Amino acid sequence: MTQRAITQSRVSADFSRFLRFLGLAVATLAVPARAQESPYIVTYNHYLEEPGSLEVEYFSTFGTQRNGNDFHAFWAEFEYGATAWWTTELYVDGQTTFNESTIFTGFRWENRFRLLQREHFVNPVLYLEYEQISGADKILKEVEGHDVESDYAIPNALARQEHNHELEFKLLLSNNFKGWNIAENTIATKNLTGGNPWEFGYAMGASRPLALKASVKRCNLCGENFIAGVEMYGGLGDRYSFGLRDTSQYLAPVIAWNLPSDWTLRLSPGFGLNDNSHRFLLRWGISREFSGFGEMMGRLFEGHKP
Amino acid sequence: MDKTTTTKSKMKIKVGLLKSSFPVVSSIFVAVAAVFIAAARKEDPAPAKKNNSVCAELAKAPKKAAARRNPMENDPDAAAAGGKLFELHCAECHGDMAEGGRKAPSLLADPVQQATPGTLFWILTNGVIRRGMPVWSKLPEPQRWQIVTYLKSLGAQKTFRDAGKGPP
Repeated sequence: MTQRAITQSRVSADFSRFLRFLGLAVATLAVPARAQESPYIVTYNHYLEEPGSLEVEYFSTFGTQRNGNDFHAFWAEFEYGATAWWTTELYVDGQTTFNESTIFTGFRWENRFRLLQREHFVNPVLYLEYEQISGADKILKEVEGHDVESDYAIPNALARQEHNHELEFKLLLSNNFKGWNIAENTIATKNLTGGNPWEFGYAMGASRPLALKASVKRCNLCGENFIAGVEMYGGLGDRYSFGLRDTSQYLAPVIAWNLPSDWTLRLSPGFGLNDNSHRFLLRWGISREFSGFGEMMGRLFEGHKP
Repeated sequence: MDKTTTTKSKMKIKVGLLKSSFPVVSSIFVAVAAVFIAAARKEDPAPAKKNNSVCAELAKAPKKAAARRNPMENDPDAAAAGGKLFELHCAECHGDMAEGGRKAPSLLADPVQQATPGTLFWILTNGVIRRGMPVWSKLPEPQRWQIVTYLKSLGAQKTFRDAGKGPP
């Protein structure tokens, strides 16, 4: 076979692989997903992504800023259920500071591991995350240490020059009681760049569906599709000065609307509880779960077994 | 410092950043690829083995949980609502008619249909994490009982059909 024929056959194989991928992707998009997502934006409960499912999410945070420009931070999240006890997630985030610029601020790789096989009164999940973010990161996905509002007033041009590699550990505890979900997260973070101390934070939340029984018909506005609650989060200082002093604290009502058409919408207006906090944060997010994504990728790999 | 030197130092910073992030990014790709390859290599266990494992899981339900009564059993809408929930949350693995699939066993099988409602509720609540079934306690209790009612109604339909009295 000539070199040209070999190249042509490779191109044709690549093209057929691409077509197959496209076909499988369309088929996956057509599969109904299983939206029953929690309304929390910062707090985690103990539920992981279903195995083989991919959830694609977009979140947005608008924040007011004293002594600086207001901002709009945003992130995309790709959450995959690797097994029934392990969920892995990739975040890509950026922000726009009004009257300044729009910049990419980094990525995070998060893993959650369910520690117990069965449901208990309190269910623990271990959370491990690696972050590579710039100093201009403003998504406020978690608040820890002595993070205060004035940190976010630094102009983008300056803040983006700071690069952080962080490891973050969380212990997620959650339980259900009479239709309510109660979740509590303890956060410990270590910035690997420089000699920064361990920093601590917390997040907690409570939520409940508006109706506990499902209705017979598929509907968009049924109470069972709405989950409402409240979350509270903030910093707890660092290794040398543990406590609430010089920390920011937030309280935020949350609501999620799980649509039968597989989409979930979340909304959360957040309010700063002290002078170190942003006065107001408006967060919203949209997500869609693609069930069977892992199987689709599996079939793609299987197709190329010798 | 002249402009060329500044540009060079900026480029150095960028190259440094790329180098430092390379191990992390590559390890993410390796991990993701490993997950997909593992998913691709999963094979179907034989039906007999599947049935045995179902029996084993059902037997794990504590007596107290197994003895629980279904509070929805007299609710005329429970089976229909459960059917809707089944379609949304369970059919992908267990099949549209609960006949079983590549990932999960048939729920029409005798061991499942003969299990008490309490046992099915317990399995639904706790999942079978080792075998890939997630916990479904995120559905409120009444919804889980609605699913149990639906599953039990499938058994009744099957018995009816098996007896040859079913509609054509």
